[in-house]
Amino acid sequence: MLNDIGFIIGTSLMYAAPLLFTALGGVISENSGVVNIGLEGMMTIGAFIGAAVGYYVGNPWIAFIAAGLAGGIFALLHAIASVTFHADQVVSGIAINFLGPGVALFISRLLFNGSTMTKSLSFSAKMPRPLNGLFRSNSFSDIIFNQYATVYLAFILVFVMWYTLYKTKLGLRIRAVGEHPASADTLGVSVTKIRYFGVILSGILAGFGGAAMSIAVVSNFRPTLISGQGFIALAAVIFGKWKPQGAMWACLLFGAAQGLTVYLGGAGVINISSQLLAMLPYVLTLVVLVGFVGKSVAPAASGEAYEKGE
Amino acid sequence: MENNRGNKYSIRQRILSSKLTFTILSIIMGLLVGAIVLLIAGFNPVQAYRIMIDGVFSRTKYISYAIIYATPLIITGLSVTFAFRTGLFNIGAEGQYIIGALVATLIGYFLELPLVIHVIVVFLFAAIAAGLWGGIAGFLKAKFGVHEVIATIMLNWIALYLNNYLVMRPFLRRPESESSYDILDSASITILEKWKYSETGREWLSAHPYIKDFLSAPANLGFIIAILLAILVWYILNRTTLGYELRAVGFNKDAAEYGGIKVEKSIITSMMIAGALAGSAGALQVMGVTKNVIMLPVMEGYGFDGIAVALIGGTTAIGNIFSGLLFGALQYGGPKIQPPLGAPSEVVDIMIGTIVLFIAIPKLFKIIMNARKRGEKNAK
Repeated sequence: MLNDIGFIIGTSLMYAAPLLFTALGGVISENSGVVNIGLEGMMTIGAFIGAAVGYYVGNPWIAFIAAGLAGGIFALLHAIASVTFHADQVVSGIAINFLGPGVALFISRLLFNGSTMTKSLSFSAKMPRPLNGLFRSNSFSDIIFNQYATVYLAFILVFVMWYTLYKTKLGLRIRAVGEHPASADTLGVSVTKIRYFGVILSGILAGFGGAAMSIAVVSNFRPTLISGQGFIALAAVIFGKWKPQGAMWACLLFGAAQGLTVYLGGAGVINISSQLLAMLPYVLTLVVLVGFVGKSVAPAASGEAYEKGE
Repeated sequence: MENNRGNKYSIRQRILSSKLTFTILSIIMGLLVGAIVLLIAGFNPVQAYRIMIDGVFSRTKYISYAIIYATPLIITGLSVTFAFRTGLFNIGAEGQYIIGALVATLIGYFLELPLVIHVIVVFLFAAIAAGLWGGIAGFLKAKFGVHEVIATIMLNWIALYLNNYLVMRPFLRRPESESSYDILDSASITILEKWKYSETGREWLSAHPYIKDFLSAPANLGFIIAILLAILVWYILNRTTLGYELRAVGFNKDAAEYGGIKVEKSIITSMMIAGALAGSAGALQVMGVTKNVIMLPVMEGYGFDGIAVALIGGTTAIGNIFSGLLFGALQYGGPKIQPPLGAPSEVVDIMIGTIVLFIAIPKLFKIIMNARKRGEKNAK
């Protein structure tokens, strides 16, 4: 029984990590004033590039960084459209959601003999488990804490993001640009630069998120791997009230959803349909959202293009 | 004439600055980028595009299929359009579609009704159920301030799992399969479904090869209903008080409220109509093409594609018909480049993404045109 609980917690953490990277990306982008609905597309391209580079190079960290860069490039596209050309940010994000999977599958077919699935990674090309061997094999703590490096990294990044946003000058500038770009501009903060920074970083993080899926949770890329997780991460951003720590709790909830589904799918212990259980976290999210009182918490200028001298 | 003289913009200027022009330019950019991507990957884009065009237009069967592909997308596009015009972003067309398809299957399988009536009952129940589903998001936004984007994303997943749960129940599941039972024939909207395989039907059709070819695809009444729905949406939005009120709320909530419009009710109504539209797409798909619902491993994408269809259609009701057809043609014709050329069919997604991206930035075209104008002036 104890090990079952451990298994659920461990699996939840594992599934929360990809969402967490991506949601942190959403947090930084939205705080700088740019809505990023393209997280899904950026996550997908990251997942593919991570798996492909991992397969060819054999080093998980090079693969992970490559995934981040790929996400960053697509985010650059979003930034050019929405910051420089004042695009409707939602529309531009939707475009990224077509381009990301499109490019990923296109390249996959070219590299992997027409297949939209990449070849499986060898063990050495997968994300390592840094604490492997620290605990007695299959003990309670082993099941929970013996995680892929990406899981630790994701939670460390929550702290880094919180610290950056709320305790540094850069973070203050980012939030100022997201709340009231005109005042920030008056004070000499470059709205354009900050927003480019926020959007590109969000793409890098979403790319990491994709790779945390394709080279850690599983060991290849396939078209259905991400399907919707970027949107879940987006929901986590809103659920978490646009704050890193809030997004973390939301991601843990969604991770737990997947952990439970995996557990029930494998064990078949409890006689409840796994479909109904899988539904539960989404219902719960709605219930919790209804319970929230103070509603309008989005950065005030999120979603609005900034034009000098308006 | 009075008017024309009074207008300070020439016709040429007006054409250059119209929304339709930007859309067409964006589509051209999409085709161009698609060609460049194919070229870089080592394929002949002219050949690829010719295969796609032949793959859609060279046989009446292909045209029939392209229309079948387009039909649900036109309607989910209308759903997104309707919400969009009233200030709401309906990411939930996906889930509303699932609910519509599911309810259509239930009513189509369990209720025994006479021919035409069965179709109407299935359609209405599916639309109402999906309308209520969409209405949940509207209600949560109106009463509790829950962002409709997050609510509809959640509702999409709930709909997906609800579908999967019910499909696998013994009362609905076709034994040994991952799909439901088929709907009764009385609920089908496939054109001449029985007749085309009957003795007389086959005899007649063999004398009319084009019609035979057209009907060899599951051609159905869905497309006609899609056009009627587009007209209905246009009418509601532009010619009724309800449409005016809903658009006023979308345009400026506070002003609308000051003007005596009930904002909360408007939001709920708007999401219900959007949901009913997306649900009818699901119902028509079941009655015309699939005849059942299946266990969904992932989202099918009708709702998400509907967002792009709506955007390419300029979020106008009639525009959706054309962008939906473009989408259907691309989705049906695109994969055909794969067998002969080995070129990845995903170039279609890249094209669609590019089109949407350029649609998002009309400013780019304006800048280019202004630069050209300035260039012309300087040349003088």
